Order: sequence, then structure tokens, then C-alpha cells
Amino acid sequence: MTYKPKALILFSGGLDSQLAALNISKVQGIEVKLIHFYTGFCITEHKRRLGIPNKDGKIPQNPALKAAANLQLPIEIIDISKEYINVILNPKFGYGKNVNPCLDCRIFMLLKLKEIMEKENYDFIATGEVLGQRPMSQTKDKLFIVEKETGLKGFIVRPLSGKLLPKTIPEEKGLIKRELMWDISGRSRTKQINLAKLYNVEYEQPSGGCCYLTDEHFAVKFKEEISFKKSLNWDDLSLMTVGRHLRLPNGTKMIISRNEGETRFLSGFKNRFDYAYVEGKALAIIKDFHIDDMPYIGGIVARYSGNKQTYVSIHIKDNMINQLAEPLEDDIIDSFKIGVESYARGH
Amino acid sequence: MLEDIKADIEHNVCGTYCPIPISELSNQIKQMQIGQIIELIADDPGVVEDVPAWCKATGQEFLGIYEEDGEFHAFVKKIKD
Repeated sequence: MTYKPKALILFSGGLDSQLAALNISKVQGIEVKLIHFYTGFCITEHKRRLGIPNKDGKIPQNPALKAAANLQLPIEIIDISKEYINVILNPKFGYGKNVNPCLDCRIFMLLKLKEIMEKENYDFIATGEVLGQRPMSQTKDKLFIVEKETGLKGFIVRPLSGKLLPKTIPEEKGLIKRELMWDISGRSRTKQINLAKLYNVEYEQPSGGCCYLTDEHFAVKFKEEISFKKSLNWDDLSLMTVGRHLRLPNGTKMIISRNEGETRFLSGFKNRFDYAYVEGKALAIIKDFHIDDMPYIGGIVARYSGNKQTYVSIHIKDNMINQLAEPLEDDIIDSFKIGVESYARGH
Repeated sequence: MLEDIKADIEHNVCGTYCPIPISELSNQIKQMQIGQIIELIADDPGVVEDVPAWCKATGQEFLGIYEEDGEFHAFVKKIKD
């Protein structure tokens, strides 16, 4: 009986990982399973939670799921969010431009794939990495670091750049053919786009990715908070994905909703944080409360609840007060804001 | 009528959003026998597209989906391991 090799594909649903899946499955004729990891920083999930539609008014769809359906290849979605927080907080190889620990992230995911490979008897792993495409994780030396750190030397196939890289174990065993792989390198996507046309592959353009950690605004909030607290938990990170963020003069942090979806999202944190709100208007989650910041809180919530005098319900620990508050002036609030602009001017 | 389908397993994932409902569906299907039917109950409206897309990708049989009081009931029959 002929041996039927099989491979796992690290799959984001972007063009490169789709082409990798296509090369191994359709071009090389190998049975594959696509593996998509849910890290907890998925923009699609976040948009759905807040009820934010796409520009065309449709509900955002997970790009990996959509692509797998188009390719008609089996996909497994694995939740690694609980363990992933350690990767974000303690990246051995540091961050990219924002708080994207791309190299550590890749190592972590490949270690997970290695577990599946060994448990379910897969022959190798393929990825959509392109030599020289990303300075943080896809230079030749970085690709080798990944192999060393994961113990997967020779078992990771990168079909988009396969002809430019050392021979892998599946090639030596004759499971895949080197001449059927491609020779793509660098940041230009022309070759990938031509292959997409050739094989009728649908993809998002521009390639934005589905990861919050590459977002500049998220990064500013992350850096501000870690400089303030030294350690973050899952709630801290979740809260960075929504609302206006303010740091008051004595250290109190406020996260204020900007719309109904964010109010609904922030309501889920009321059972474990202090908060203030105007019914049917804005809700603020309050962290690191300092009593000397109390005079600001009502005025800030009033500002974002119709910008007029109103009663604000403020809940600090087990105490609740209804405060008649005047809206705080914008230039004062602006000086508290944590954002890309305020960070640039040395917030 | 979908409402009349008697599912072997009912799995409620309300409160979770893409891609967790699909991850949960996949985990449940792994433990099922071929021929069994699962009813996935979710409040993420994205499951209307996600569940049939997942079935198309994995080769399982999508039987249909209906909405009742903001909850979506999706039915999938396991037809392969």
C-alpha cells in the first residue's frame, strides 16, 4: 500500500498562507489540515462583539474560515488565548514596530503545531512565510532561529520561498518536490498576486491582518499602562481594544465608551472594576482609583453624555453616589488622553 | 422544518464570538459518532455564514440555521471523521 503523507498548514487566511496551503495540497498533492490559532487579539471577533459592520454593511467574517471554505480544505481553529498572554508580556525576542511579538508568536504557534504533528502523525508543517518579507520574523537568520527554538529543523516547509531555502526533510524523503515550490522573496507581492490570479485565490487587499498587536493605537495604550503598572492581565489587555483612554493627574485610569456597542462591552467589566455612567449614555470603567481624582470623574462622564449638566452614577468599591456634574472642559480632558498624539508629545 | 430536527447534542456558545463558536463546534464534532447531529446555539450573528463555511471546508453536512429571540440555532450532521 502506498504511503500517503500529510501536512499541517499554519493558516491565517491571508494570501501567503492560502498559497502555501494551495501549493502543498493541490500542486504537490499532499493531504493537509489547516490550523488557525485564536490568540484573543482578533479584530474580526472584536468587531462582531461591538456590532461593527464592514464598510459594505456586512458582518465581518473570519478570514481563515472564509479562505478554507473557498479552498475547500479542512480547518481546525484552536483557542490559545489563555497561554498567549505570556507571549505578549514576556517576548524573548522583543516586539516589532508596535507590541507585536512576531518571532515569539511564530515560535509559540509552531510549538503547538509540533505537538499536533507528533500526536496525529503528520509528516511536516508548512507556512506562508516569505524570505525577506518581514524584518521582524522572516529574514533568513530569523527563520533559522525559529527552527532552532522549536526543534523543528528540516520539518518546516515554506513553499513560497522553498527554492531559495535549504532542503527540508520532506524533500529528502521525496514527499514533496522542490521544483514545484516557488522562489518568492522580499516585500513585493507581485508574484503572489499573479499566483492568486492563476489559481483563482480570493484574498483581502490590502493585507491588513486580523491582529490587534500590530495596531499603533493599541500599542500606545499598552506601553503607557505597562510603564505605569509593570504587569498586565487579560482584563487590562481587553480594555485596551475599546473606548477613550484617560489617565488622570493622580493615576486613576478611565476607559469611556464611545457608542452603544462599547457601552455593552464595558458593562461586562462592571462586576470587577469601579465604574461611572449616565443611563443610556456613556459608561466609564475606572481603574487604579485615587481619591484625589474624584473631582474629575463626574465631569468627564458628563462631557461624553450629551455635554451638559447631568446626574452621574459613580460606583467606587461598595459605595455609590449620584453626582450632579458639569461637563469638564475639552482642553483639560485632552491633557488626560492616552493616544497616539498625546504619546508623541510625551504624555 | 429545522425546528423539528432532534439533535443528539445541544451546545450553547452564547456570549462568545468568532472564531470561538466554530472552535467549539469543531471540538464537539470530534467527540460525536458519524450520523449524529449537533445543534449549536449562538448569539453571534456571524455564525450564519461561519457554520456553512466551516462545513464546506471540513466536509460535514450543514442542515440549516434559524433565529429565535436573537439566538441562532445551527444544525450540523457529522458525516466523516
